Amino acid sequence: MTENIVSIKGLWICRALHAVLEDINLELAAGDFLGLIGPNGGGKSTLLKAMLGLIKPDRGSIAIFGLPPAAARSRVGYMPQKTVFDQSFPVNVLDVVLMGRYSRTGLMHRYGPHDRIAAQNALAAVGMEDRAMREIGALSGGEQQRVFVARSLVSDPKLLLLDEPTAGVDSAQQTDFYDLLCHLNRDQGIAIVLVSHDVTAISKYVSKIACLNQRLYYHDSKELSNEDIEKAYGCPVEMIAHGTPHRVLREHD
Amino acid sequence: MIDLDFLQYDFMRNALAAGLAASVLCGVIGIYVILNKIVFISDGIAHAAFGGIGLGYFLGYDPLAFGIGSAVITALGIGMVSSRARISEDTAIGVFMATGMALGIMLLTLSQGYARDLYGYLFGNILAVTRSDVLLIAALTLIILALVFLLYKEFLLLSFDPIYAQAIGLPVQSLRLLLLVMVAFSVVILIKIVGIIMVIALLTIPGAISRRHMLGLPAIMAGSILLGAIFVTIGLLISYELDVPSGATIILTAALAFFLSTVLSR
Repeated sequence: MTENIVSIKGLWICRALHAVLEDINLELAAGDFLGLIGPNGGGKSTLLKAMLGLIKPDRGSIAIFGLPPAAARSRVGYMPQKTVFDQSFPVNVLDVVLMGRYSRTGLMHRYGPHDRIAAQNALAAVGMEDRAMREIGALSGGEQQRVFVARSLVSDPKLLLLDEPTAGVDSAQQTDFYDLLCHLNRDQGIAIVLVSHDVTAISKYVSKIACLNQRLYYHDSKELSNEDIEKAYGCPVEMIAHGTPHRVLREHD
Repeated sequence: MIDLDFLQYDFMRNALAAGLAASVLCGVIGIYVILNKIVFISDGIAHAAFGGIGLGYFLGYDPLAFGIGSAVITALGIGMVSSRARISEDTAIGVFMATGMALGIMLLTLSQGYARDLYGYLFGNILAVTRSDVLLIAALTLIILALVFLLYKEFLLLSFDPIYAQAIGLPVQSLRLLLLVMVAFSVVILIKIVGIIMVIALLTIPGAISRRHMLGLPAIMAGSILLGAIFVTIGLLISYELDVPSGATIILTAALAFFLSTVLSR
């Protein structure tokens, strides 16, 4: 009955005659929390960009909330791979979060009081409401990451796309950060796609896991076979999935 | 006590009016130039404008209009090149910049009575600003202010985080080209005042100082406008009293303030 949030069918994306993504099929429903792993250059960021409508498929189709990706943007929150910005850029935290309202406000329209309230709420959701008036550069790396999550939440999305959000954040802050994502996923029912290098770290939190290297290895579950991983990474990879029952790899038989 | 009788001269009133309008322009556009790290591009546009100025002279039309034309073409050219990424941006700027200068010098030399005017365009001559120049500068300043007012949030997003801006559907490429075109207009106006070689200083020094002392973009812009106005006025007065070149005096005033602000904010 309910329509899938993400529906990708037979997706191919090529760049300079090479397939970056090959026959990708992926369905996500409301409340899913997908961890997307895979080697560097495996196409993880490309897949997210395709889901945002920034890259057009060469073959196949992508529907987000049943719509073409570009039309669904106002319902999708996005956090790019480590936001690089001038640390002395003169802008406060509230104004950074407000930037995420652009997709709802539109060109040349000013932000109104409801946009500001949404920004305050988004900051509260990540526990940063008392930092609203601080300059963004005055915050620690972990705090800045939270602000960028708030920015991706401020448009009230039902789907969050996070591209290696914990790069450059220390491990204590990482744990806090993943707890925050779990809370958003469970309590607010936001579907999340989390791109990461770190299988062991995310396996504790995500509900499904997929491995991408040109092709997508995915069984609509939290398990990947050793064979999948080996195919994806092109060599045997030793992985320790700690904290059973949150196991990623099936026992080798 | 400063003697205000210089205001009885038309050319001084025009100079002051043009200088104050240009300060507003520098204050606003200069900040975007700094934040978007397009200082070198802006300088390249200023130099390329010289080609158009020379062409205007040679053909006997308004050099300023031709200067604006060639500056805008250069701005768009550099903007397009940087998005294609076949040639690196600084290479493109280097080529445009030198070609514009070479064309300008060639065409001015082939025209009559070039020497005085050549000096004026390279080093600025605010005292030669006419009433119609003042009106043109004021009109352009108003247009650019209106654009910045309408697109304030878009330019903030573009300057802060263009990758994210594109991902959420901001027309990043068009806005960037628009910004470069606004820079092109500003730069040609400033050529009238401080000349091609020193344009970049007047465009960036007020913003660079203001940024260090003010909090938030609107306050930084306001501070930058105020500083620009002070530099232009003081520079103009000193150049009038001591009979020294106006462009150089304005820039030296600004540079002195910059060094003082750097030393004092330690």
